[in-house]
Amino acid sequence: MSAGLVSAAYIAASVLFILALGGLSNQESAKRAVWYGIVGMGVAMFATIFGPGVSNMFLILVAIAGGAVAGTYVAGKVQMTEMPQLVAALHSFVGLAAVFIGLNADVMLSTVNDLKASGISLQDADLTGFGEKLWKKDAVEIAILKVEVFLGIFIGAVTFTGSVVAFGKLAGKIDGKPTKLPGGHMLNAGALTACIILGLMYFSGSGVWTMVLVTLIAGFIGWHLIMGIGGADMPVVVSMLNSYSGWAAAAIGFTLGNDLLIVTGALVGSSGAILSYIMCKAMNRKFVNVILGGFGGTQGPAMDIEGEMVAIEAEGVAAALNDADSVIIVPGYGMAVAQAQQSVSELVRKLRAQGKTVRFGIHPVAGRLPGHMNVLLAEARVPYDIVLEMDEINDDFPSTDVAIVIGSNDIVNPAAQDDPNSPIAGMPVLEVWKAKQVFVSKRGQGTGYSGIENPLFFKENTRMFYGDAKASLDKLMPMID
Amino acid sequence: MKIGTPKEIFEGENRVAMTPESALQLQKLGYDCAIEAGAGAAAGYSDAAYQGAGVEVIKTATALFKACDVIAKVRPPSEAEAKRLGKGQTLISFFYPSANEKLMELAKSKGANVIAMDMVPRISRAQKMDALSSMANIAGYRAVIEAGSNFGRFFTGQVTAAGKVPPAKVLVVGAGVAGLAAIGTATSLGAITYAFDVRPEVAEQIESMGAEFVFLEFDASELPDGAATGGYAAPSSPAFQEKQLAKFRELAPDIDIVITTALIPNRAAPILWTADMVEAMKPGSVIVDLAAERGGNCELTVADEKIVTKNGVTIVGYTDFPSRMAAQASTLYGNNIRHMMSDLTPEKDGTVNHNMEDDVIRGATVTYQGEITFPPPPPKIQAIAAQPAKPAARQLTPEEKRTAELEAFRAATRSQVGLLVAGGVLMLLIGAYAPASFMQHFIVFALACFIGFQVIWGVSHALHTPLMAITNAISGIIVVGALLQIGSPSWLVVILSFVAVLIASINIVGGFLVTRRMLAMFQKS
Repeated sequence: MSAGLVSAAYIAASVLFILALGGLSNQESAKRAVWYGIVGMGVAMFATIFGPGVSNMFLILVAIAGGAVAGTYVAGKVQMTEMPQLVAALHSFVGLAAVFIGLNADVMLSTVNDLKASGISLQDADLTGFGEKLWKKDAVEIAILKVEVFLGIFIGAVTFTGSVVAFGKLAGKIDGKPTKLPGGHMLNAGALTACIILGLMYFSGSGVWTMVLVTLIAGFIGWHLIMGIGGADMPVVVSMLNSYSGWAAAAIGFTLGNDLLIVTGALVGSSGAILSYIMCKAMNRKFVNVILGGFGGTQGPAMDIEGEMVAIEAEGVAAALNDADSVIIVPGYGMAVAQAQQSVSELVRKLRAQGKTVRFGIHPVAGRLPGHMNVLLAEARVPYDIVLEMDEINDDFPSTDVAIVIGSNDIVNPAAQDDPNSPIAGMPVLEVWKAKQVFVSKRGQGTGYSGIENPLFFKENTRMFYGDAKASLDKLMPMID
Repeated sequence: MKIGTPKEIFEGENRVAMTPESALQLQKLGYDCAIEAGAGAAAGYSDAAYQGAGVEVIKTATALFKACDVIAKVRPPSEAEAKRLGKGQTLISFFYPSANEKLMELAKSKGANVIAMDMVPRISRAQKMDALSSMANIAGYRAVIEAGSNFGRFFTGQVTAAGKVPPAKVLVVGAGVAGLAAIGTATSLGAITYAFDVRPEVAEQIESMGAEFVFLEFDASELPDGAATGGYAAPSSPAFQEKQLAKFRELAPDIDIVITTALIPNRAAPILWTADMVEAMKPGSVIVDLAAERGGNCELTVADEKIVTKNGVTIVGYTDFPSRMAAQASTLYGNNIRHMMSDLTPEKDGTVNHNMEDDVIRGATVTYQGEITFPPPPPKIQAIAAQPAKPAARQLTPEEKRTAELEAFRAATRSQVGLLVAGGVLMLLIGAYAPASFMQHFIVFALACFIGFQVIWGVSHALHTPLMAITNAISGIIVVGALLQIGSPSWLVVILSFVAVLIASINIVGGFLVTRRMLAMFQKS
């Protein structure tokens, strides 16, 4: 296949990728869009493998086959509640691949330079693909190449270890609480400075060892940065790592002079950046503040909460639901933890069969991944047209008979609106307390992930329905008629 | 201790401050109860009924005042009654201290402790003893009944065999307790009810009672904050009043029954229904003025009388609506007194503990231990939470709007041009030093970022997880880089790129498959 044909294939692949992302604007077109992505990827890989300058076909086939088998296995086995972990794990792969390719580029660069120095001609050197390109580069181009290699390796390494830590936290293998080494962000700053110094040494001709060191130090930064971020901020972290994996790919694209990689990397990078932005806005926090960890310090004493939490049994909830005409359910991470989505779906089916209006209100940061709740509910066969966004449903609470909060806390906290001293002041929240009656399904009286007291639980129209969400709902089910 | 209730001596007053029912409750607090003979007769309670409830019936008022430690009454005491008070004796009744200074002086000189039922602060805890509210509730109800008995038609619209009857249209001015009670009564009789109040925050309450709130187009920031005045109305600005009158003038020809309840604390009632409005009304229409005692909201109202104007409009100016429903009023007032006593008797031991630290008791006490304690200090708890500062929702004039829009557009243009210039300079700098081959790729990169931002904003929130999975898959495109390197002669490079191809393939296959799995789950109902 000629270089021209390969370029044509790359253009086709880029267009298909853009269509694949654009198709996600609604649920129906998304089903078609994913095929655009698959075809685009197929075209790109086919063109590359059969294009000029690629050899070692056997190894390639083995690696792809191995990857395909592993990928199929993982994709088939993963639970929908485990999606955040899977996404984080896949990010780490991109990061690692970027590091490897960056290191390779440097190794090949020095090989090519040696060959050049030995006075051999291009034909005799027997270089393939990337090597040939390197041969033709002049001094300025090589300097730029080095910057690109540095960036690719640095971003790749941060993405890799960061994603591994995020995976560990999301999978519960690492404690979700933020932990930092003594020195905190100064340590990160120091490590960053070290990387930049090593990078400068590398540009001025020091060997590949500088890049290996950069890999290790950047790896440390990624690890330490994500260790310092709490579990509740994971949606932002995962989006950010998504973005980084894109930028790493784009940097590698520059290194290799490959436009397809640049385009795809830029698409993924901007996608992750926008997701991070949306998540931060939904929490009314600055991106930097989230990444550097911790809430922005307490601004004063929290408002005193009047009243007390009143518990209620399944019978009471059932009676209220039987009387209600309109119900809004607000799920949170607790629903995912309790694996209660099937029970929720069953409850909704029963209520809807009686002609009641049942809808879901989803906060942008509910769960541990952007859109996590939507996927869980979809898995439990809840029709997506009754699953609404916060902005779509917030005005409807005053005309709602019953609001059920299942395993969410901060996203329904009225302190965000009422108490200017609250750490989450100004964060947009679902106004469940405006419903005539609110039931909160919760394991115990604790304050949840962020440790912020929730005045909702003390409101006059709120009743606490204690217990494991799944067990509580299953107890409730037979009483709905 | 003994609680006694004398017969009301004010002419036409039918209420009584103690009913057999409330007496039973008072006895539970440890008190002995006494009543003057015949005190409950006008409200329908015979002496025998009191005796049946264990109440001692005393022949004369003089004897009763002597025998009792606590006197419970409805109306403020007359001078003769006040003179009978003794040192340490407690009097509970309506008192209107700001209008009755002489009486207050008299009570002080006698050393009596006077609790004025009309001074009970408006806080949630004191609602059970808020006699003004319970009496206003009755007055509102009775006002509608009174209007009905003077109104020659049905309230409700009917389609009968004999013909169609239109529903009556009722306007209630002032949506306090009385106004809301009137609205409730009028709507349940089937009338079309409109209501007006200067406090925009009561619109919701009005609508919840089934009436339509009469909106005035007015700048909200100039309206008084109801919280500052303990939930009562405050005087409004002249401009506002003008608008309000214009609105009423517009409504007058249409309305069959007007019930006015507008009172401002410690002031004469505002004139809201002027003579020309009365003239504009249809013959047979009825106006019930609940503010008649304080001069009336209607210009033509005569206190304590019912008059008919030249054009046949009946104006009811009675001031004794609660007394006209004496049985109901006595029950509620008796209960108010009983709740006040239970707050005065925390130990339930039949002795009065006049706790001046208590917000409610302090607020209602006008003389205590030979001192005048009126007016009370402001209560520690605000009756109604202060309204949060309203955002400046000022309606802009079209011109202002245009200039604001122009300004915003200019600012946006400035920042955009600024960004473009800064970006352009940066590009030029890079372009000046970087080789052409790099710039070519850079163009591609910049455009791809733009496309990415445009495309991703359109992605539905619900599909963010599939979006992440599919971006995972396509970022596996990094495999292309590894594929280009795997042919290298160096074994190290081969190994590293082999691993890179392997893990990137996991990404591609895993990412696409899991995206497909997720998207297949999204189903429409």
